[in-house]
Amino acid sequence: MDIRVQEAPFELGRVVEEFTDRQVNMGAIVTFTGITRDLPGAGMDRMEMEHYPGMTERALTKIAQDALDRWDLGDVLIIHRYGVLKPQDRIMMVATASRHRAHAFEAAEFLMDYLKSRAPFWKKEITKDGAEWVESKDEDEAALNRW
Amino acid sequence: MDILYFAWVRERICVPREKLDTNAATVADLVEELKAREERYAAAFADLSALRVALDQDLSDFDASLDGVREVAFFPPMTGG
Repeated sequence: MDIRVQEAPFELGRVVEEFTDRQVNMGAIVTFTGITRDLPGAGMDRMEMEHYPGMTERALTKIAQDALDRWDLGDVLIIHRYGVLKPQDRIMMVATASRHRAHAFEAAEFLMDYLKSRAPFWKKEITKDGAEWVESKDEDEAALNRW
Repeated sequence: MDILYFAWVRERICVPREKLDTNAATVADLVEELKAREERYAAAFADLSALRVALDQDLSDFDASLDGVREVAFFPPMTGG
């Protein structure tokens, strides 16, 4: 398990290569990367990602452990950034390694669903018109029910 | 007890954290105590359905006991990922 909560950007290619290289006999690696979108029409200047130091690491570790307990996985990686992010910046990524493709895909989706509404991060979007906290969506909470 | 606030809860209360001596038995009791203090608390805690609470860094509920708890955090629903 590799959990990183950091302000700094990450090198996607290098992280995926290193993650892949340290697996033994895993037939499948799935990765997901979250990117900061621009807001249509609003012209987003930046996003500020706040988090709860301590609880964040704890929550991510629990989510990763739940995935390891539930699927046949060799390894799980989560990187989540905080601080100021610009449109097109990479916010976060997950990677799963498994002997089986289906397990790697499903576990990656599970990680993303739980990261959305169970990891203590809060997004604030700053546009030319002002700043606004991003509200959670009912569908994000509903997404947890399928697990 | 340490009380922490995040996101718009922090902005509304105007501090990120504070120390409090309290005899509140549950989170709900603590919320009532805070709301009675000043308008900024009353404003932040006006709608509990818009808030989440963590006790010692684990998600919890407003009817949970504060017995032995050292750190309480209030925040809006999380928006990670």
